[in-house]
Amino acid sequence: MTTLTATPASTPTRVRSRRTWVGVLLGVLLVGLGVTSLFVGVSDVTPASLLAGGAESDAAFLLAASRIPRTVAVVLVGASLGIAGLILQMLVRNKFVEPSTTGVTEFATLGTLVTMIFFPGMAVVGKMGVAAVFGLIGTWVFLRVVRFVPVRQLVLVPLVGLMLGGVVASVTTFFAYRLDLLQSLQQWSLGSFASVVQGRYELVWVAGLMVVVAWIAADRFSVIGLGEEFATNLGLDYRRVVAIGMVVVAVITAAVLVTAGMIPFLGLVVPNVVSLIIGDNVRRAVPWVAGLGAVFVVACDILARVVRFPYEIPLSLVVGVIGAALFLWLLLRKKSRAH
Amino acid sequence: MITLEGVTKRYGGQAVVDDVSITFGSEGVTSLIGPNGAGKSTLFGLVGRLITPDAGRLAVDGMDVATTPSAQLATVLAVLRQDNQVAARLTVQDLVEFGRFPHSRGRLTVVDREHVERAISYLDLGPFRQRFLDELSGGQRQRAFIAMVLAQDTKYVLLDEPLNNLDLRHMTEIMRLVRQMADDLGKRVVTVLHDINFAATWSDRIVAMRDGAVVADAAARDIMRPEVLAAVYDTSVDVREIDGRPVALYYG
Ligand SMILES: Nc1ncnc2c1ncn2[C@@H]1O[C@H](COP(=O)(O)OP(=O)(O)O)[C@@H](O)[C@H]1O
Ligand SMILES: [Mg+2]
Repeated sequence: MTTLTATPASTPTRVRSRRTWVGVLLGVLLVGLGVTSLFVGVSDVTPASLLAGGAESDAAFLLAASRIPRTVAVVLVGASLGIAGLILQMLVRNKFVEPSTTGVTEFATLGTLVTMIFFPGMAVVGKMGVAAVFGLIGTWVFLRVVRFVPVRQLVLVPLVGLMLGGVVASVTTFFAYRLDLLQSLQQWSLGSFASVVQGRYELVWVAGLMVVVAWIAADRFSVIGLGEEFATNLGLDYRRVVAIGMVVVAVITAAVLVTAGMIPFLGLVVPNVVSLIIGDNVRRAVPWVAGLGAVFVVACDILARVVRFPYEIPLSLVVGVIGAALFLWLLLRKKSRAH
Repeated sequence: MITLEGVTKRYGGQAVVDDVSITFGSEGVTSLIGPNGAGKSTLFGLVGRLITPDAGRLAVDGMDVATTPSAQLATVLAVLRQDNQVAARLTVQDLVEFGRFPHSRGRLTVVDREHVERAISYLDLGPFRQRFLDELSGGQRQRAFIAMVLAQDTKYVLLDEPLNNLDLRHMTEIMRLVRQMADDLGKRVVTVLHDINFAATWSDRIVAMRDGAVVADAAARDIMRPEVLAAVYDTSVDVREIDGRPVALYYG
């Protein structure tokens, strides 16, 4: 067989070198924003004040106790939320899903309400555990429900998820209202890193660990993304890989929820942008999604701190506004590409 | 050998595959023909452990399909289903590399890469290897799926309507490739075909199904008879001899 369509031989290399540049840019951006994030805040922490005061100074204390944990948390949250979205998209075979469009986040929130009601004194680790179990149930319920939605109904799948999430959220609100816990609950769900300090942020490392799990099992998730029939033909235990994916998604969702609150749209927007650049091969996508997710949240968090300086606006607001705009753009763009 | 013993699959009380006993694998190329809804795809699904039978036993080279680890079966049996929709944005090369998964478990060795290269060049996909699947024509995508199955390098290859979406030249090329896979690489290919002239030209054996049962099973020449084809398809088919080969005329 001979060539049907002639492709210029240079195209793949050119595309690849352009991708390399985007990758380098992403890395530089991450480091730059990360360092900036260390020095943005009400108290005066600057490289100069650090040098002047030495290791015992207030600036150094603030850096170690607040700014570094916050920056690390922001990076890990951004990276892992992107990965949660990517993995969920592979499991569902739909680009428009992420924890907050599938009811997973709402189930996890219900979990935190349950701990508030029944175990008010519970340690944060315990809270995260309960939230993760609820998130897992949420993932399971969602996967059950969407089984009845044809794979081709691209936009229907997240709609079903949003509806499911809406139902669970109203149940949560109802009980929170009846038990006078609405305000505490709202504080949870308004995502913010303001409360992230040394001693409370360590849980996001669990989310970071899930990123590593996703990377190790990357090829399995790619094959799962081809569908059950391909996966079975290639000798993969479909159910087991789906189960691993569900745990990854639920644990990341829960860890982020208890440390930073609800951060919508990120898990959806980031993998989609990466997909446009390099495609959906999970092994290739994981570092990109993690990197872009981190850059996105670090930038939003800095923005949240400087917009109304010296006050902070909720991070979920900043991410929500920017994320929703990007989401709409992707939705309209995809639709125009559908045959 | 692929062995089926009294295999039955029912959907809502209706037997779609009805007590079928048959073996595949002594001939290089076997074609499975029959009208829509005859149960051909279901039969492939049963062999490929995608569908669980309600009764009967299936085995591949003596390994029970129901109990043998899936990963082990994947090294001897590859099944390409009829309608494949892949939503993920993967390149042709990605897809073909995943065909090596049963052998490589994700870490490609030199041998794996050789198989990938061979499959890509066999199916003439070199110019498209970095293209995403959603940037290909239906026929090119179909060839990419076949390349994936070829890279899997199994003794038994089941192809469900592989000629879908292909133009005349590529239909012939695929059938020639199927023949080569059997003759040069020693594979055993079973393929569902709708064009009985293709089936007659390229296969050693033709199995005809109707209403979930095997109604004819013989060498191509013995299937290409008006009375046999009429019984299978429920419509009259004229068969002429052209250049010493039987050709069915069913265009009206
Ligand atoms: N999942 C299913 N549920 C119900 N009926 C099915 C299912 N799959 C196939 N069938 C029915 O089984 C019959 C055989 O289908 P199939 O094996 O796809 O036929 P073929 O491939 O020979 O055209 C058809 O009547 C079809 O409607
Ligand atoms: Mg069929």
